[in-house]
Amino acid sequence: MAGELASIPALTRKDFVSNQDVRWCPGCGDYAILAQIQKVLPELGIPREKFVFVSGIGCSSRLPYYVNTYGLHTIHGRAPAIATGVKVANPDLAVWVITGDGDALSIGGNHLIHALRRNVDLKILLFNNRIYGLTKGQYSPTSEIGKKTKSTPHGSIDYPMHPISIALGAEATFTARTIDSDTGHLGKILTEAAHHKGSTFVEIYQNCVIFNDNAFQEVTDRDTRADNTITLEHGRPLIFGKDRNKGIRLKGMTPEVVTLGENGVTEQDLIVHDETLADSTYAFLLSRFEPPHFPVPLGVFRSIQRPTYEDMLTAQIKKAKEKKSSELKNLLYGSETWTVAE
Amino acid sequence: MAENPVLPVYKEIEEQSEATIRFCGDSGDGMQLTGSQFTQTTAIFGNDLATLPDYPAEIRAPAGSLAGVSGYQVHFSSHDIRTPGDAPDVLVAMNPAALKTNLGDLKEGGILIVNSDAFTANNLKKAGYATNPLEEGGMAKYRLHAFPITTLNTKALEGSPLTKKDVERCKNFFALGLMLWMYGRPMDVSLEWINKKFGAKPDLAEANKMALRGGYNFGETTDLVKKHYYIAKAKLPAGIYRNVTGNEATAFGFIAAAQLADKELVYASYPITPASDVLHELSRHRHLNVKTCQAEDEIAAAGMALGAAFTGAVGLTGTSGPGLALKSETVSLAIMMELPLVIINVQRGGPSTGLPTKTEQSDLLQAMYGRHGESPLAVIAPATPGDCFSMAIEAVRIAIQYMTPVIFLSDGYLGNSSEPWKVPDFDKIPKIHVEHYKDAASFLPFLRDPKTLSRPWAIPGTPGLEHRLGGIEKQENTGNVNYEPLNHEKMVLVRQAKIDGIAQSIPLLEVFGKEAGDILVIGWGGTYGAITSAVEMLQKRGIAISCIHLRYLNPFPSNLKKILDNFDTHIVAELNLGQLASILRGRFGVDIQSITKVQGKPFKTDELIEGIFKIARSRGEPKWQENSLASPH
Repeated sequence: MAGELASIPALTRKDFVSNQDVRWCPGCGDYAILAQIQKVLPELGIPREKFVFVSGIGCSSRLPYYVNTYGLHTIHGRAPAIATGVKVANPDLAVWVITGDGDALSIGGNHLIHALRRNVDLKILLFNNRIYGLTKGQYSPTSEIGKKTKSTPHGSIDYPMHPISIALGAEATFTARTIDSDTGHLGKILTEAAHHKGSTFVEIYQNCVIFNDNAFQEVTDRDTRADNTITLEHGRPLIFGKDRNKGIRLKGMTPEVVTLGENGVTEQDLIVHDETLADSTYAFLLSRFEPPHFPVPLGVFRSIQRPTYEDMLTAQIKKAKEKKSSELKNLLYGSETWTVAE
Repeated sequence: MAENPVLPVYKEIEEQSEATIRFCGDSGDGMQLTGSQFTQTTAIFGNDLATLPDYPAEIRAPAGSLAGVSGYQVHFSSHDIRTPGDAPDVLVAMNPAALKTNLGDLKEGGILIVNSDAFTANNLKKAGYATNPLEEGGMAKYRLHAFPITTLNTKALEGSPLTKKDVERCKNFFALGLMLWMYGRPMDVSLEWINKKFGAKPDLAEANKMALRGGYNFGETTDLVKKHYYIAKAKLPAGIYRNVTGNEATAFGFIAAAQLADKELVYASYPITPASDVLHELSRHRHLNVKTCQAEDEIAAAGMALGAAFTGAVGLTGTSGPGLALKSETVSLAIMMELPLVIINVQRGGPSTGLPTKTEQSDLLQAMYGRHGESPLAVIAPATPGDCFSMAIEAVRIAIQYMTPVIFLSDGYLGNSSEPWKVPDFDKIPKIHVEHYKDAASFLPFLRDPKTLSRPWAIPGTPGLEHRLGGIEKQENTGNVNYEPLNHEKMVLVRQAKIDGIAQSIPLLEVFGKEAGDILVIGWGGTYGAITSAVEMLQKRGIAISCIHLRYLNPFPSNLKKILDNFDTHIVAELNLGQLASILRGRFGVDIQSITKVQGKPFKTDELIEGIFKIARSRGEPKWQENSLASPH
């Protein structure tokens, strides 16, 4: 088998394009995400047949139909549970979960947090468009308060969730955010996610052109982008802004935006980003940043290593087999039997 | 006998063919343990037996309260028996609450052993007794033995370093010892068990042994018990036996099935009474390639099992009624994806939380129809605790052969009850044939086997067979998303035809009794023992009655209609309000009579006989009006 694998020509983007017609609305952010996934997958050195894409229900969840790997388009909210079953049954597979803000955070909130805390090696991509698209425009768990939609004509009175905060709270071992419109950053983050071993959570800001167009305008617009986002880079200070002169400093437990060169502030005063901290407090603090007071962080919030669920399960099986005979008869007879003679 | 310092006192031995004993007491009194220890000894002694554990939903209801009474009934005999016994011959009641809730079941003239020490003013009050019932005339119809068991036990444990409280907690073994003596059983099984259980705590082990021997010796020496009883070994078919509960046999069966299919078993479940014991049992056997996952909820458990099935494992989930409701959307997806998902439902009293520790058969309609859309699947139901093993293998066999979800309908009675089980010769059980599709050139995800109509099982990791499965309707053969009206109808019909076709692969029904006659009693699942026993008694009285027992509920065995046609009166006996009866009426247009019971308890044989008589009389069958047959007694 090894020889055969070695002789297989390198995979290309085309190998990951299925024969199905893509049926998203013209201009949907999902196209860019699909394209980046299809660009990253052949670069990972994993045979195509080892990939499984699992999704729930929603616009984003149609994605597995368009990627020529094994795939499951399942039930609203349940993808993380079903994907866990796939990974448990065969830890050798590369399992990706495609979900949306309604799918992952509303109907499937329970499965998301438990898959993350178990550290199952799943790459969970949450396409966050802050709206229900497939059901034609109701507010979602990430919609801003006051949002007017078909189901909230008087404005939403639900406070929104912060997906990254949820993931960190649920003990995800890799947490990142990226955006559909910045394909370079998107591709970079997807690659890092693919290489992480453990529960991997990536929030992707994704624009719904029909029901929530320009939801992320403040972080995508050329004029405001630099001031409203901050790119997280491990080991680098938190600097942002059109003129790269703004930074984030900690005052006690409270972060504040400062301007370099003003009031004697230098780079030395700024937080240096460390994505490897065992304590998730700092990453959680970052996850609360949002305009107008703070820039939206893009990049890896936290990436740590700990044994995965499936590896610990495999280890238990190995250990149990060393201790006990795998002879089924021992189980069936048990410790107390008696014989009835002819 | 070396361990018994007291000279044996000669006592009369009465031979009996069978007996039913019920141990009952506070849920903290260890009655389940006492009952199961007596059962184990009795099984090894060689009697046939059946048990009925009956415990409250509360782990520790207030001590001494009626709600906290826990009981364990064992029926054992020198001949073949199938039920845990209608009414106890011997009732051991450890406190007034236990007496109050159980005395009504004791046979007239039955032996009543009570712990008189527990009949304090406080306990009497908690049980709702205004006066001490032991001192009243109502006891005259029983052979009452009021023993100060707590005091006797404390005396037997004199010198033990244990605290007074711990000493008192050994009194259940004193009662066990007394019952072992009364039925001439040896103590060695329990002594061995104590050694194993308390090996690390020698004081505790010694105290329990002293209590056991104390009870045994008390029986031997006291003047108050005049005789003991002997029940000869039963003539069971030759073989090696063990005692097994339905939940254990279920777990063993699914492990065996996975091995027969040369597969890993992935069991995902969420704790729920009375199915949790299946999770506990399976979790112990990692060395047998069993991967158990305790999921975050019922839905996730079904999802994990489904994901595992797609990946090529035996994907199994287990629950009880409320959990099956939560899993139903996933089961529908498994029907749409045509994946071999197996769902165990150990039924309990419902609806809602209902009677979580009691038995019922009221999920039949849910199993058959409790899903959205046209969503047929296979439903099977084991008939006895030991049969859970065989039917678990059948569940996996059907799921894989037909690429369909299968619901395995056990119940609380089957799950908790035990019986002697002839351990099957594993090497002689037919293998489960599994074929994973490999050929990329000819692969279409929904191209069907012309005989079984099942689609290929192509698992991730197979090069060239990458494909997507989803809940959206599929085009035939290709499996591509397809919303065309006629295609949908075609797919709905073929999914139904596939399930109907399973009838070709299941055994024909066997009639218990003559192939034709006046009355046919129809049962399914865990009521097998009671129904068969009742019908056998009536047959012995010359009545033209037979019965059939359905272990395959969807599809039905193909000879069912033919059998129905051979009888004038059809009676379905089931622990619900007539669910199978209504299915049979709808399916076959047959006038079905019902015997139903929803008390959280299994049928008693007498209840069934009475029910059958009532129906026969109401239908004006002249011979049932004859005086000789007018009453079941």
